[in-house]
Amino acid sequence: MIDAPDSVQLSSKRYDRARVEDFLYYEAQLLDAWKLEEWRDLFTADGRYVVPATDNPAGDVDMDLNLIDDDLVGLHGRVQRLMSTYAHIENPRSTTARVVSNVRLWDDDSGDLGVRCTVVVYRSRLPGTTSYVADVRYLLRPEDGSFRIAAKHAILGHHTLRDVGGVLSIIL
Amino acid sequence: MTGFAPRSSHVAEVVRIPGRETEFVRDLRSPNRFLVSRAVFTDETVLAREREEVFSKCWIYVGHVSEVPKPGDFVAREVAGRPVLFTRNSAGDVRVLLNSCSHRGAEVCRERRGNQRRFRCFYHSWSFNNDGQLVSMPDEEGFPEGFRKEDHGLAQPAAVGQYRGFVFLTFNEEAEPLTDYLADAKYYLDLTADQAADSVGMIVQPGTHEYSMRSNWKLLAENSSDGYHAIPVHKTYLDVQKSRGDQIAGSTDKDWKQSHAFDLGNGHTVTVKQAPWGRPIARWRPSMGDDTKATVEESYRRLVEVHGEERAQLIANLDFNMLIFPNLVINNIMAVIIRTFYPNTPGHMNVTAWSLAPADESPAARRVRNESFLSFLGPAGLATPDDNEALESCQRGYQSRPGQGWNDVSRGMDKADPPNWDELQMRTFWRRWDELMGGKA
Repeated sequence: MIDAPDSVQLSSKRYDRARVEDFLYYEAQLLDAWKLEEWRDLFTADGRYVVPATDNPAGDVDMDLNLIDDDLVGLHGRVQRLMSTYAHIENPRSTTARVVSNVRLWDDDSGDLGVRCTVVVYRSRLPGTTSYVADVRYLLRPEDGSFRIAAKHAILGHHTLRDVGGVLSIIL
Repeated sequence: MTGFAPRSSHVAEVVRIPGRETEFVRDLRSPNRFLVSRAVFTDETVLAREREEVFSKCWIYVGHVSEVPKPGDFVAREVAGRPVLFTRNSAGDVRVLLNSCSHRGAEVCRERRGNQRRFRCFYHSWSFNNDGQLVSMPDEEGFPEGFRKEDHGLAQPAAVGQYRGFVFLTFNEEAEPLTDYLADAKYYLDLTADQAADSVGMIVQPGTHEYSMRSNWKLLAENSSDGYHAIPVHKTYLDVQKSRGDQIAGSTDKDWKQSHAFDLGNGHTVTVKQAPWGRPIARWRPSMGDDTKATVEESYRRLVEVHGEERAQLIANLDFNMLIFPNLVINNIMAVIIRTFYPNTPGHMNVTAWSLAPADESPAARRVRNESFLSFLGPAGLATPDDNEALESCQRGYQSRPGQGWNDVSRGMDKADPPNWDELQMRTFWRRWDELMGGKA
């Protein structure tokens, strides 16, 4: 799990918040618009997207069972599937609206930019609407005036997936 | 590979099993048809009777011994809808205690898991040890003469048993021993437990998949070993694997055709095949990545060392989807999944699933396992969400004619050795279910 320090003065000496927020809003917009290939291409070659199990938010992401653990190959598969009309649970597609807030930054020891934020995803289907809340941590790598995602760990703010749609068929 | 087929599999069901017709199930002969009433998925009175006749009579899965490795360890969960504490007492024995204070009934533990010698009810501070005995409460002198603490322990199931690390309970005082109840399912539990080549055994990995479906629980019992739905429902999974370089090619090749479905006795069933996907123990496929090939091959070499070539073949290569009646699924496929489910209402169930892995697995092997597991399985995988949608869609569809209509479950009922995409496995479940429910003729 990307370990976000919790100091009062948390911030980056290299990047200002507005620039990072612009990137996070752009990512949210791509996901809400189902431009998933473009979203996938935000990841670096060693990028990884992880959602830990709801009962194990601080576990060992390498040895434990997560809900999602996609490297770039996995992301290609997930996006290929979700863009297909045979992804039955997402056909018709969910309507989603992401709200990104509580953005904090730190200069991570890895050299990447650490970001922590809270995301609420409102997700509506014909059978009903639900919302997912997640504590999302990123490692971002600057590239061409913007960023690429080296890691995205979304820790669900739910003890189980029951009553939040039953399953998680969208990207957080 | 031989030796995995029970004797019953040599004779067609329509020959070895007499026809039967009840309010719930029509198992008809000439013509051969197998029909299940759709009312069993929607009717409240059916669910009330299931709680009595199925979930309070059968052996029900609690958990795996690896979840409580040390004295004092506990896991709090629901088993057959009832809150229980799955513990290891201070002497090191596995216990199952009902999580409800003997005083007023509050839960004595509201944590998911941990390690403690005492469970203290927060309501009036009654304390119980991890054997369930009442050890203290405030102001003991206030209770009337003759009040004995030993009469006020936590209630327990009628019996708790374990087989190869899998722990079950029953609320039935007259239940047969667990090993008899499991019947031929034991053979497949052995194949699962033996995947750990060394004495360290298998463990449930931390990280639980806890999700739900707005559908009847019996639809998941059917779906968990339904080969017929794999291609239409899981096309996106198969397409993704294909684009990663695995030879799935329409998925109707001989790989899939060499499959079987067996009646294991007491309503337990299994479907068996050599499926096209890879397995961390021990069938490498290009989609796992070149860098994992050596790890997977090493894992197989260890199995051969311990079990010999013939049994290692079976342990490593036999894929199976097993249902232990009524609500335990153990699928030994791209990884090993333990899944159990229980109805809250006729149209809603909670599902809980775990991954079972060799305890001493290397990080590289574990990565292969996790990727294999998560690519297909789990509520955020490439396949399970679509099963969810299929089952919820059935449940919504049943509202079109409430209480009426019949599901057809006839595929392959006249074959001696039907493949996994026929429906022997479902019929075996339904016959046992109908027998326990005592459906009126």
